[in-house]
Amino acid sequence: MTTDPVISAKNLSLTFQTNDGPVHALQDINLDINKGDFVSFIGPSGCGKTTFLRVMADLEKPTAGEITVNGVSAEEARKARAYGYVFQHAGLYPWRTIGGNIRLPLEIMGADKATQDQSVQEVLELVHLEGFENKFPWQLSGGMQQRASIARALAFHADILLMDEPFGALDEIVRDHLNEQLLELWARTNKTIGFVTHSIPEAVYLSTKIVVMSPRPGRTADVTESTLPKERPLDIRDSEEFIKIAHRVRDGLRAGHEDDA
Amino acid sequence: MRGFWYRIGPVITVVIAIFVLWYAGAVALNSAWAYDKAKRAGVELTTSELIADTMSQKKPKLPPPHQVGAEIWKTTGDMVLRGKAFSKRSLLYHSWITLSSTLLGFVLGTALGIGLAVGIVYNRTMDMSIMPWVIASQTIPILAIAPMIIVVLNAIGISGLLPKAVISMYLSFFPVVVGMVKGLRSPDHMQLDQMKTWNANGNQEFWKLRLPSSMPYLFTSLKVAMAASLVGAIVGELPTGAVAGLGARLLGGSYYGQTIQIWSALLTAAALAAALVGIIGWIQTRVLKRMGMAQ
Amino acid sequence: MSWLIAGLVVWLVGWGLNVWLAGQPKTRFTRLLVPVLFGVTLIAIWECVVQGFNINPVLLPPPSMIAVRFASSTDILWQDFVQTVIKGAMSGYIIGCGAAFLTSVIIDRFPFLQRGLLPVGNFVAALPIIGMAPILVMWFGFDWQSKAAVVVIMVFFPMLVNTVQGLQATDHMQRDLMRTYAAGYWQTLFKLRLPAAMPFIFNGLKIATTLALIGAIVAEFFGSPIKGMGFRISTEVGRLSLDMVWAEIVVAAIAGSAFYGGVALLEKAVTFWHPSQRG
Repeated sequence: MTTDPVISAKNLSLTFQTNDGPVHALQDINLDINKGDFVSFIGPSGCGKTTFLRVMADLEKPTAGEITVNGVSAEEARKARAYGYVFQHAGLYPWRTIGGNIRLPLEIMGADKATQDQSVQEVLELVHLEGFENKFPWQLSGGMQQRASIARALAFHADILLMDEPFGALDEIVRDHLNEQLLELWARTNKTIGFVTHSIPEAVYLSTKIVVMSPRPGRTADVTESTLPKERPLDIRDSEEFIKIAHRVRDGLRAGHEDDA
Repeated sequence: MRGFWYRIGPVITVVIAIFVLWYAGAVALNSAWAYDKAKRAGVELTTSELIADTMSQKKPKLPPPHQVGAEIWKTTGDMVLRGKAFSKRSLLYHSWITLSSTLLGFVLGTALGIGLAVGIVYNRTMDMSIMPWVIASQTIPILAIAPMIIVVLNAIGISGLLPKAVISMYLSFFPVVVGMVKGLRSPDHMQLDQMKTWNANGNQEFWKLRLPSSMPYLFTSLKVAMAASLVGAIVGELPTGAVAGLGARLLGGSYYGQTIQIWSALLTAAALAAALVGIIGWIQTRVLKRMGMAQ
Repeated sequence: MSWLIAGLVVWLVGWGLNVWLAGQPKTRFTRLLVPVLFGVTLIAIWECVVQGFNINPVLLPPPSMIAVRFASSTDILWQDFVQTVIKGAMSGYIIGCGAAFLTSVIIDRFPFLQRGLLPVGNFVAALPIIGMAPILVMWFGFDWQSKAAVVVIMVFFPMLVNTVQGLQATDHMQRDLMRTYAAGYWQTLFKLRLPAAMPFIFNGLKIATTLALIGAIVAEFFGSPIKGMGFRISTEVGRLSLDMVWAEIVVAAIAGSAFYGGVALLEKAVTFWHPSQRG
């Protein structure tokens, strides 16, 4: 088992040039993500968590420092389709069925029909949407659409999953449900997951590692290794350990906020 | 400043390209006649002679810009300077004929359109009976009945400006009805409910909410209506044996093969359209800015 | 006199019936019946008024006379229809819309050209393009080709503006998703941007049907061989046989609605997923 990190950021900085002057979205980020990690990024608006996720996905380029994914540059990793990306909104194509939407990345990558069919069945089962293959996105609820979006990100068997506040637009009950299902999926597939969220309970519940970020400039204020076991029923959220970790995250957030006077 | 050139630069490039293509086209299309003439006179044409010839033919297939410009000047500015601004050969005279029926038709069409729109929005019977016909009529080539309207109205003694204005009115009122109905219905449920909580009556709801909300839609339709009104006025001038107006000049030019006359009338009509639509756009910007609805 | 009374009765009954129907709960049936009833009432009143006031049929023929003339001239009407609609309007429509579509895709890769062509295109679309008819007759001759050319110019710019708008209609997120799949330009164009542009493209296609028909008919006012709807209308107007003119107008109305309706049906099939089509 290799102990090289799957994703590694060294002295990573990203400065945007805007009409109002330079914006230091990320400054000197040093972070390693190992295989099978579930890493949450949490912080107030503008702290750079989404930007960092996008840098990992090669949707933004850093202005200083280095980022490697699977040992190569982020761009090469993207071209090798090393990760699946889940956005805040499902963004399913309304003119394709759910099955058609899941096939989309496979078609682009040139997979043959048999492989496509098999993948579609596999991932629909993973997100518990069996039987919805021929339905259209507007026929599904918001939660189901987001599950389909996750299925689409899993379709081409990338080892890495990057998720940008995927459950932010959903109500609490649906969110809890999806959190549980995501953990179950993670256990079954052992993917490396990067997850951006606004919610402290969500971050603590899901992750093996929680990165608290603070804004202006965006940097890591605190990195917490979670001591919770891998098997986590929902009511672990009332346990003492959970609350301790949540407190630590909250303190980290507050400290970040204080710089923001 | 970067924003200005960013937006205007490409437009200027395209316009210059159009002029270049126009000149090139003129040479290309007029060269056949030039070669013909030279062959009959038994001479060979050099390239520069060819180009010079294509730039100054009497009935060119494609008059180059400067030739059209010269003709326009001859029939407008030049005539003004010689005190003959409104003679029957002046483009200003013809433009005025077309413009007057355009404006009259536009005003009538807009008034009718707004009136009908208000009726449709406030009366359910009108809405259900008329609105489908308004929508359906947009698929029918209404302009085709222009000759008939002219002739019929002439026969019952209405001639001159009014029949053409009727055509213009007919063409301009449809976009106004469609646009105003959309506009008067544009306030959302929340805003209409709020009016109810204040016990506003129909009049107040109309003047304070529906009408202001419909302003952007109104101006967009006015632009379309103005362009349609101009087309109506021009087409309306065709049936009466083409006596006066820009449409008449177009038709007359085509009967007698006077291509330069055709082009100068066409460009004048285009300039008229651009000016009229531009004026509406200018009014639109000022009104919407004052209402805080500027884009 | 009896005609006038009949007309009055028809008017009142029609009006009353329509008001009553409009007051009923809205169903597909009533929504169809009310405008149809309105139209039928109008035609009936027309007949009654013309007969009752003895209006000169040269000025305003009654619907009955128009119907008779229509039935007896189907061969001429058909010939005119083929000349104007099929040869003139449709060929111009296909060429014009096709050219506009291709141009939009080509300039999609060149934002500079887009920024230049769009304002110019919007400007040209407001001009009285029909005025180019005599020039095009000079270049392409009297026959249907010059009419098709007029149609091409009339439909090109509205179609171009709509298609370009459609191609810009995708949001950042969807284009980012394509980047995460390392999809190339053409893949992104065919799998994302063209399907997403369809509602706009069809909007342009529908507008173009109206413009095509108007262009083909009015262009014939400027000169045509001895057939064609515009030709027939202008000559029959000169002869004061307005019943034939109205018959041609009926054909134009049917052709226009059928053309538009056909495109609208196609739109429903292709953009079935768009909120406006799902009611």
